[in-house]
Amino acid sequence: MDKFSYVNATSLKQVTSLLSDSGWGEVMMIAGGTDLLSELKEYIETPKTLVNLKTLPGMDSISANASGLKIGALVTVADIAMHPTIQQHYTVLAQAAASVATPQIRNVGTLGGNLCQRPRCWYYRDETVNCLKKGGDICYAVNGLSKYHAILGGDPVYIVHPSDIAPALIALNASLKIAGPEGEKTLKVEEFFTLPAANPFRENVLEPNEIVVEVQVPQPKPNTKSFYLKAREKGAPDFALASVAGVFEMTGKTCQTASVVLGGVAPAPWRSAEAETALTGKMINESVSRKAGAEAVKDAQPMNDNVYKVTLTQNLVSRTAMMAVS
Amino acid sequence: MASWGEASQSRLIGKRIARLSGKEKVTGKAKYTFDINRPGILYGRILRSEVAHANVTDLDLTRAEELPGVKAVIPLIEVGRKVRFQGQEIAAVAAETDDIAKDALRLIYIELEELPFVVTEADAMAEGAPQIRDDWKGNQSNPGTNKNGDVEAGFAEAAVTVEATYHTPVQTHVCLETHGHVAEWIDEQNLTVWASTQAVFGVRNDLARRFELPANQVRVITEHMGGGFGSKFGPGVEGHTAAQLSRMTGRPVKLMLTRKAEHLVAGNRPSMTQHVKAGATRDGRLIAYDMRGYGTGGISSGAGFQAPYVYHVPNRRTERFNVAVNAGNQRAMRAPGHPQGAFAMDSLMDELAEKLGMNPLEFRRINDSNEVRQAQYTLGAQEIGWHRRNSVPGSGTGIKKRGIGVGSGLWGGGGGRGTQARVTINADGTVEAVTGTQDIGTGIRTAIAIIVAEELGLSPTDISVKIGDSGPGLPSGGSGGSQTTASVAPVIKTAAAAAKQKLFEHVGPLLQAPVDDLRVGTGTIYVASDRTKTVAWRQATGLLGQESISEGGTWDQELRQGGVAGTQFAEVEVDTQTGHVKVLKIVAVQDCGLAINRLTTESQINGGVIMGLGQALLEERIMDPQTGRMLNANLEDYKVPGTFEIPEIKSIVFDTHRKVTGVGEPPCIPTLGAIANAVYNAIGVRIRELPITPDKVLTALAEKKA
Ligand SMILES: Cc1cc2nc3c(=O)[nH]c(=O)nc-3n(C[C@@H](O)[C@@H](O)[C@H](O)COP(=O)(O)OP(=O)(O)OC[C@H]3O[C@@H](n4cnc5c(N)ncnc54)[C@H](O)[C@@H]3O)c2cc1C
Ligand code: SF4
Repeated sequence: MDKFSYVNATSLKQVTSLLSDSGWGEVMMIAGGTDLLSELKEYIETPKTLVNLKTLPGMDSISANASGLKIGALVTVADIAMHPTIQQHYTVLAQAAASVATPQIRNVGTLGGNLCQRPRCWYYRDETVNCLKKGGDICYAVNGLSKYHAILGGDPVYIVHPSDIAPALIALNASLKIAGPEGEKTLKVEEFFTLPAANPFRENVLEPNEIVVEVQVPQPKPNTKSFYLKAREKGAPDFALASVAGVFEMTGKTCQTASVVLGGVAPAPWRSAEAETALTGKMINESVSRKAGAEAVKDAQPMNDNVYKVTLTQNLVSRTAMMAVS
Repeated sequence: MASWGEASQSRLIGKRIARLSGKEKVTGKAKYTFDINRPGILYGRILRSEVAHANVTDLDLTRAEELPGVKAVIPLIEVGRKVRFQGQEIAAVAAETDDIAKDALRLIYIELEELPFVVTEADAMAEGAPQIRDDWKGNQSNPGTNKNGDVEAGFAEAAVTVEATYHTPVQTHVCLETHGHVAEWIDEQNLTVWASTQAVFGVRNDLARRFELPANQVRVITEHMGGGFGSKFGPGVEGHTAAQLSRMTGRPVKLMLTRKAEHLVAGNRPSMTQHVKAGATRDGRLIAYDMRGYGTGGISSGAGFQAPYVYHVPNRRTERFNVAVNAGNQRAMRAPGHPQGAFAMDSLMDELAEKLGMNPLEFRRINDSNEVRQAQYTLGAQEIGWHRRNSVPGSGTGIKKRGIGVGSGLWGGGGGRGTQARVTINADGTVEAVTGTQDIGTGIRTAIAIIVAEELGLSPTDISVKIGDSGPGLPSGGSGGSQTTASVAPVIKTAAAAAKQKLFEHVGPLLQAPVDDLRVGTGTIYVASDRTKTVAWRQATGLLGQESISEGGTWDQELRQGGVAGTQFAEVEVDTQTGHVKVLKIVAVQDCGLAINRLTTESQINGGVIMGLGQALLEERIMDPQTGRMLNANLEDYKVPGTFEIPEIKSIVFDTHRKVTGVGEPPCIPTLGAIANAVYNAIGVRIRELPITPDKVLTALAEKKA
């Protein structure tokens, strides 16, 4: 990696003003560093200054009450996975966090870093390949090797969003607090992530001088069942070939409301309104869940090497739905 | 005639004895080459080509040389030459810190005129492909052919035939400790090198030639070694470079490969593609076999594989060739040519058996003349519960389907001459065993201690084993071909026996008994005909006074034997919705000869099974035809088995005789076929291309349905 100066953050104000002067990449934030350090080592990023967020006060705790959860951006993935209230009432989130990487990485990787992590695309991670996402002319995955790439929402950039936690948060209808030079704002996690058609270079709406501060999750209704299913080639560590965050409000076997958000298949976490419609108000059984799976991938446009992801995603959606009644 | 004696008389040999260096290793105390630090050490790094094929038109080292902290920069390729694969060496630096060395590499100016490249076998064989080797016509080597019997007549006699194409991709060694050296010139004529190597003396001799030194002025040390699997027999470019940088700077230089370089240039198992047609008679005899196949060893040749394998076919014709691509060259890798060949043959056997309507194990029995394996089939089938397999493949119900399969293998491992060893008994009772072999993880250090302790009536921890050092000048061969134990054990045993004999000569007068009436007990020496006459070990060695006993050994044919058979059974569970294959259990029955240490022998089998499992389900070098680059030169996308992949492994040390045989390699062979056949038995669709990843399973299931 190139040389950089290192600044310990003291306040949000200081961080946003440090970030303000430059565009992307000059001054960068580091939290757990599990993603950023490999970008530095591979010279994908060469910042002049790193701002260490871990010294920010008050951003590393989880508070849970009847109205919901507040999780600071510096809370580790492990703390989310092992939190008893999250495990009990926000199961999908605990399961998603537990599926991340390995114990070592979960112990240092943070929530903020997980949501803001960069793509794993093997062309992107190769310093010498200047692909579209890095300002080049083409997406190499289009005519290249695309086994791990997008089947939904690609064009012109076919990465998949690597975060496991993001789909779970979206399925739980969570919001995110962002601080910038003008102060704080809150938006839905779902609105945070963007597709490449809007901006091929970034994966979310964050401006270069903004920081994710906190995530807020409303408490699910008592009759809610939720699951995170993640398909991968290897037990750990491995990113999702496809994943499904499902949150179902149930009365007996009938699904009152359904949230179905896919991971590993699109450049952003992908809410499947089609699958949700197919499940909402229905008695869930084999054929209803199969229909929901088929609906979820109805618009899929697989690339050369990832046709299998269509079947996989479809099956995972069906399986998640069936779990609500088993 | 020399012998290892009866099992009932062995106190230590054949028992389960913990590795002597185990504690050091798990506590991090053991020093690997990576851990060696010397006063004034410099850090070496190599700049490598990032393109697959190019002419080098300019190379300028000046800016790197000018970077403060840089002590030497050398070119490793000349302007005007070609680079022919990603990773090829361009230049090297030595600097005060590793970070400076890394920065210096980025200051080296290299100008390349890129040339068309091919990185896949298909592209290399396509019409109009750019030629990448000057010494070949096209990108294919001249085929080697082999013919036995009358193939056409054989097929005419066949009741069933199968025609299929089997493929295994390139696998890299993934040594946990990457290749590398610490080189230090003691003076202008004496070089010491710590090497992560499988061949201490091989590296010594190579470096001596390279630097025109008498061999005894080069000392190579390998105390502990983090995996080689056939890829670490010589110093390679990186070893030469480390030594050269050290000579130029007059300082020790450490140069270890990066993980990326390890994948790109440190060797790999070649790929294999076979188009095969085979036939069997109604009563289940293999009768005809016709195979055309190839593989790529990258820029080099050597992509051989076994075909047919294990099972005898009287009428056969084979044709094989190498395909050259712009990628790092192959090196020997654990049982070179066997796992690939076994996967194809075991798959083929199952396909033929099914056409015959025969139990695949029965079909194997008919075609296997090896009695050991016949016995192993029975034992392994019992252990796995062969009767539980689906008699109709894929007939299980539910989303997760289970299946059982079998695979086979063979190997040599008989050892050879070329080891010298010395066993020394000192007056204070201490015992030393010295030889120039190296422990590459297989446990030879412990085996040596066991043999000497058995011979002298001591405990393995009483023996100080000095290996992995060419300094004492007691050569031993490289650890390859599963030859180490069978090469070293006989010499150690005869050396220990000779030392014991010498000690008896001192003890005889004391106990007033003839030397041939003396025996060792446990920490004692006694008279066989009158067991009341006994002397403690320490007292006996005290008789040596100012002297020591130091005896050499000889390699004794009678103490070793080559040729092993193995068979493995796998039970898998396939998730038909996700395509994920989970191996539940492997039963590995491995013919072992005399297992000096049953515990480390079992470990060796476990390790082989895990490596085979990786090849069956996960591992693959992925080359990008667009950029000419390896896309997974890391451990994120090059997936090796981890905790979650490891099944229950029942390693059965199958004793067949009491002579030493090596089993380092063979346990990784039958795993591939056993798993592939188990997957077929589970889902009823055959996957003929490894690794069996979810995409392939889902695609196959979809095709079956359609
Ligand atoms: C081997 C391996 C396997 C992995 N497997 C998985 C997996 O299965 N699933 C998964 O989801 N992830 C996986 N990861 C990614 C892992 O890095 C993240 O899960 C982790 O949570 C990142 O957190 P961090 O604090 O280390 O981020 P950092 O590396 O510190 O930061 C990552 C990025 O986010 C930015 N950032 C950090 N905090 C903030 C903030 N508060 N506001 C704005 N920007 C911020 C940084 O500037 C940087 O660009 C894996 C990583 C590795 C190395
Ligand atoms: S998917 Fe994105 S990151 Fe990967 S090659 Fe295409 S543009 Fe680059």
